[in-house]
Amino acid sequence: MVSAMSLDDLYQEILLDHARHPRRRGEIGEGEALADLENPVCGDHVRVRLRIEEGRVKDLLFDGKGCAISTASSSLLAEYAEGRTVAELRESIARFTAALRGEGSLDEFVDSDLRALEGVKEFPMRIKCATLAWHALAQALDHAENKPAGTETNS
Amino acid sequence: MKTNVCCSFDSARALDIARGETPAPRSDFPALAQRVHDHPLVYLDNAATSQRPQSVVRAECEYYGSCNANVHRALHFLAGEATERYEAARRRVAEFIGAPDPREVIFTSGTTAGVNLVAAGWGRKFLQPGDALLLTEMEHHSNLVPWQRVARERGAELRFIPVTPDGALDLGAARRLLADGRVKLVALTWISNVLGTENPVSEIAALAHAAGALVFLDGAQGVPHRRTRVGELDCDFLAFSGHKALAPTGTGILWGRAALLEAMDPFLSGGDMIERVTLTEATWAELPHKFEAGTPHIAGVIALGAAVAYLERIGFDAITEHEAALNRRLNERLAEIPGLRVFGGAAPRIALVSFDVEGLHPHDLAQFLDSRGVAIRAGHLCAQPLLRKLGVNAVNRISPYIYNTAEEIDRAVAAVIEARKWFRL
Repeated sequence: MVSAMSLDDLYQEILLDHARHPRRRGEIGEGEALADLENPVCGDHVRVRLRIEEGRVKDLLFDGKGCAISTASSSLLAEYAEGRTVAELRESIARFTAALRGEGSLDEFVDSDLRALEGVKEFPMRIKCATLAWHALAQALDHAENKPAGTETNS
Repeated sequence: MKTNVCCSFDSARALDIARGETPAPRSDFPALAQRVHDHPLVYLDNAATSQRPQSVVRAECEYYGSCNANVHRALHFLAGEATERYEAARRRVAEFIGAPDPREVIFTSGTTAGVNLVAAGWGRKFLQPGDALLLTEMEHHSNLVPWQRVARERGAELRFIPVTPDGALDLGAARRLLADGRVKLVALTWISNVLGTENPVSEIAALAHAAGALVFLDGAQGVPHRRTRVGELDCDFLAFSGHKALAPTGTGILWGRAALLEAMDPFLSGGDMIERVTLTEATWAELPHKFEAGTPHIAGVIALGAAVAYLERIGFDAITEHEAALNRRLNERLAEIPGLRVFGGAAPRIALVSFDVEGLHPHDLAQFLDSRGVAIRAGHLCAQPLLRKLGVNAVNRISPYIYNTAEEIDRAVAAVIEARKWFRL
């Protein structure tokens, strides 16, 4: 017997709001995308566009199709990342993906609603949904800085 | 030793699905009795894998507990017992699918292994540059990717029978695609794992044979639900998995016409598949051993024999009738839900329904259903080209089987309705 689960832990109100009204979302043409990732498990898809100005991320935009968790995560990430430095974001990406793997907590994101994704940890099948946008952002930063593709692993 | 099958159903009497009757007694399937997230489990992901009856689990355990030994090798008593049970399963499977000769029944690890066996053993040997393979747009990746690889390797062309808006194969297009005589093999699924469409296999086989092409049939979704007669299907190869038809995972069958199998090269090579070996070369064993290199899944094969016995005991008439009744109920109830779209159309379908709900991603719906104890599948269902054609990334799929009740269908549908409210649609 499997114990009762709380959907409310996974789908917190703030996440459902971001899923319904994703921020910084718009159409990105294939040529404009700096990263284009799919979640091979479910076929979900995310595209990222951004530019880097004086070491900071500007005009970040996400596009794609995904579940509520993946859409909310990309929306929260977009809000969080805009205007931050590339170095700072690389560290955040590492911390976020590690936290969802169970190594650390999202409490470090004190100034962001990203902490609402903490509940995803209890749903191992959904971790990929929550991290897809973050892997895409990492890839986009690599491309924006002209690093060779494929240096970030999609795990 | 005979395997006991605990099945008490009297197949002469019509089933009353409204009263919760099922062709397979639910008590034969202990996994169905559990609670998940404080709700009774409703298992409706049978197109991914079925549950196993106790007789199958017992058959697998009995092998390990009594006659555990390798097959076809040693002279001792246990080896003889194990070999006899293993070969008895082969004879039973041959009867089950109407194969004229048990030597034509090759044990594999599943449908995927069967496709790869023929793609490599037949395709690499006989495909020439300029030849073509004819597939369909509704294939599971397992009946697509192995053909892509061998076609690239041999310089052969891939062609595809289109899927119509009704969810059927376009037979007019199939005729045209076969017309130039370059197609050497048609590989298609009996029943679509996404649309549930039951394809007119013998009709397509007649077209293929008239054009000089062989027919490879993916029976993964067909064999569990329909009485299988390879002669009536008129295919030249049939691959299917044990685990979707009550048998253990890691078991499967490749059936092929003896003359074709004999002409083919082996797929895997090594022990048990040879006749004579020197340091520099080897000759192949007779059928079926030529295609069964290495120690097989002996326990699984013996249990596969028990699964086949269980299905035969219930009978495919009862299975077909029950699933049709569940299918009617499922489609009627789903049609009541606003924003819900069922994929497929007027083409004949088995009890397997893929759908989506406007504004509700399949992953979120499946997650919600799981919280209510309802197990369905969400995702691309290993059929990305077909989903692309349908214009979606993911779908939900409900696939009942011989032990599911009408009440379970109702509970699944009620959970979908509840999910729409929960996600405020």
